[in-house]
Parts: sequence; C-alpha cells; structure tokens
Amino acid sequence: MMTGAEAPAIHLHAAGLRYGGATIFDNLDLSLPGGRTTCLLGPSGVGKTSLLRLIAGLAHGAGGEVRDGQGRGLQGRVAYLAQHDLLLPWATALDNVMLGFRLRGTVRDSAAIGRARGLLGRVGLTGREDDRPARLSGGMRQRVALARTLMEDRPVVLMDEPFSALDAITRFQLQDLAAELLAGRTVLLVTHDPLEALRLGHRVQVLADAPARLGAALEPPGAPPRDPGDPNVVAQHVELLKRLSAAAAEGMRS
Amino acid sequence: MTVLRPLVILLGLLAVWELVVRATGVAHYILPGPGRVLRAVVDNGSLLLGHAAVTASEILLGLLAGTLLGCASALLIASFRPARRWLLPVLVVSQAIPVFALAPILVLWLGYGLASKVAMATLIIYFPVTAAFFDGLRRTEPGWLDLARTMDGRPWPVLWHIRVPAALPALASGLRVATAVAPIGAIVGEWVGASAGLGFLMLQANARMQVDVMFAALFVLALFAVGLYTLVDRGLRRALPWQVEDHGEAPS
Repeated sequence: MMTGAEAPAIHLHAAGLRYGGATIFDNLDLSLPGGRTTCLLGPSGVGKTSLLRLIAGLAHGAGGEVRDGQGRGLQGRVAYLAQHDLLLPWATALDNVMLGFRLRGTVRDSAAIGRARGLLGRVGLTGREDDRPARLSGGMRQRVALARTLMEDRPVVLMDEPFSALDAITRFQLQDLAAELLAGRTVLLVTHDPLEALRLGHRVQVLADAPARLGAALEPPGAPPRDPGDPNVVAQHVELLKRLSAAAAEGMRS
Repeated sequence: MTVLRPLVILLGLLAVWELVVRATGVAHYILPGPGRVLRAVVDNGSLLLGHAAVTASEILLGLLAGTLLGCASALLIASFRPARRWLLPVLVVSQAIPVFALAPILVLWLGYGLASKVAMATLIIYFPVTAAFFDGLRRTEPGWLDLARTMDGRPWPVLWHIRVPAALPALASGLRVATAVAPIGAIVGEWVGASAGLGFLMLQANARMQVDVMFAALFVLALFAVGLYTLVDRGLRRALPWQVEDHGEAPS
C-alpha cells in the first residue's frame, strides 16, 4: 500500500502550551515509533488535540520542536484527518479526494484520477464518485475523508477523533478499514474511546493532569485491528478505564 | 402553491385597495382605484414600455457594474492586508453619504442620460455586495484552511477552490439585497434629472395631475422589481445547489 517515503519516527520535544493563564502542558516529550500506530487517550481539555496539531504544523499558541529520527522537520510528509470530515459541500466525492492536487496546482492526469477512483473503491464507494457530500451518509463521508487522506500518500497520518461522530457499527467497520489501509505509516490517533485505542494502536498512551503528563505506554500484543473479544483487549480495556477515571478524578480535584 | 400564493396575495391587496377607494369615496385624482390604474396601464402601454425599458437598462447595468466592482473589491480586501486598511474606510464612507445627496452631483458630472443613473444604481449596490462577499471570504471554515495547510496548498488555489466557493452563499444574500435596492438608485437619479425612464414619467405625470399614469408607472416598476428579484433568487438557488441540499439532514 505504501508508495511514499519511508515512514519516519517522530519526536516531539519540549512542547508547551498556555491557555487563558493556565498551563495545559509544559516541557512535554512524545515519541512516535516509525511505521506504527500510537493512540493518545485522555480526558477532554487535557491537550491531546493541541499536541496533534503541533505535530501537524497547525499549532496556535503551542510551542515545541517536531523532528523525525534524522532530526529533520515533517514539512510535506503529514496528512490530517479530523473529527469532522471537512469535505467541501460543493465538490463531488472524487473532487474532494483530489483536493490536495487542486490546492497545490499539480496536474490531475488520468493516472491520478485513476488512483483516486481506486481509493474510493477501496473504501467501498464505487459508483458514488460523482455524489456531493450531502447525498452521502456520515459514515460514507468519513470514508471519503479517509480516501482523501490516503490520496495524499504521506508517510505520517494524524487523526483527531476521526470516528467519534459515527454510530457503533459504522465506527467498527471504519476502524478495520483504517487499520488495513494505514498499515506501515506512522500514525497518531487521538481518541477518547479506550477500546478504539486498543483495537488500532501498536502503542497506547494516556495523557492526564494539568500540566499534562504522559502515562506509561501500553503495548497490546498482536497486530491491529484486534478483536474486541480478545481476552487481552478486554483486560487492558479495564486497565485503561481505571487509568482514565483516575485521570478524570485528578482533573476534578485540581 | 408556489405560483398561486403570490397571485392570491396580489389579488387580496388589489381587493383591499378597491374597498378603501369605494368606502372612503376618495377623489380619483388623489387615489385612483385599481381598475382605473389598470386602464391607464393599457391606455399608455407603449409609453410605459418605452420608459420602463430605459429604467430597466439602468437597473441591470447598475447591477452588473455594482456586482463586478463589489466582487473585485471584496477579493482585493480579503487577499491583501494593506488593501483592507485602505479600502474598508472608503467602503464605509461610500455608504455613509446618502445616495440622495450625491444624485445632483452625479447628474451634474455625468449628464441627464443613462450614465448618471447607472452610477447611482452601482453606488447603492456596491456596498451590500462587497460587504456580504467580504464577510463570506473572511469566515471560511477554519478546518478547511487547516486541511489546506497540511496539503501544502498555495494561496491562489486555496482562494479559488475553497474560500471563494465557501463565500458564495454569503455573496448570494448580498446579491439578493442588491437586487432589491437597485431600483432605488435608478429612480432617484431619474427624479433629479432625466429625459426618460419611469421616475421621469412619474414626475411629469405628477406635474400634470395625471395621478392614474403615476400609479401605472409605479405598478410597472413594482412588477419589474419583483420579477427581477424572483429571477435572481431562482438563478442563485440553481447556481448553489449544495446550499439547498444542506438543509436536509443526510441519512446516517
């Protein structure tokens, strides 16, 4: 599946963010292993999204150094998938998938169009290429967004709660699809669903407290996407829920 | 029903008008009844049509010029920060001076012909179009711009493929307002100094106490204005189909 550059490891160093007089996080380090999926869990407002945006180069007010394993920046190697599909309502599914080409002013030759159609096929949307987003269901729209992310063919994919607005079954199917299509890339998935993290992550970390700190990394055995009925997943789900409720209780006290 | 409703409203208003005229017994040179006005429309058909054509071309040319100028200004102030600093105050001033006050000057400069009326209509249309389009350009969904940044989008393609289409619904409401106020500019211009047009005709008829002709001219003007508005509204709806589709919840 991977045709782009080698998936780099990512090191975020000395990240800091102050918001409204409060320190959200300060001098925080985060490492993402190359070609692996790291899931970041934590209570709302702890700064998960800010960390992801910092790595995406979309920081507003947050500071920190983002480097790959060789000490270079990530410019041009990142694709971004947000909670909302961010599809352009006036453009067809196919045009949405090819948005990056339009915005960079690159030629959209028949090879590129063929690849976009192929990706829409991979996410199960053959025959819906010419539909506008309003004609698609929420799940279909997020599939188009996934195809758009893959079309960019970047070695790093940053996802901010991409499936949280979907119903349980659609979410389950999309998790499988994402695990399959994103394999081999360096992925950061921010989520508030511990089960989702355990299904998709090679590594799961909890961000908690203010200023935020990263808990010990959990590395569930086996390759994603994992079966939610797997005893390991069930046990670690319980463990994660404990850690998250402890984090939430701490948040209340502070 | 969509065709029937305006017709019912129109007939209802005409009935009230007729009723008021009959009940009060007001003299026909003060307020002629709808029947008398309709007769005046028919009797003066070619006269009204000729003057209406003049007014219509003033309105349409003003609408075209005002829209083009407005869109260009909005794009300019949205894309260049210095332009914003210099052009925004001009925009506000252009609206602070009433068109009524400018009308005599414009007639003095541009003459009694078409140009001064087109200028007037342009002036009155320019502001709503510019303000609405600029507002739309400024309020692009931040998520789309974030996405564009991660895609390494270049400024012009981002403007053309995201910010402009995203601002079109706002521009459309500006255009609707502009269409509704455009006749004001043309008519004011004709009142101040003209040799043709429905406004000119109304002044002439007024001087000669031809109240029924005045009302006939008013009727034709209203008919044109409503027709133009409907046409523009329909056209905009058709041009921006995603805006209508958005009202229905997508099945999920």
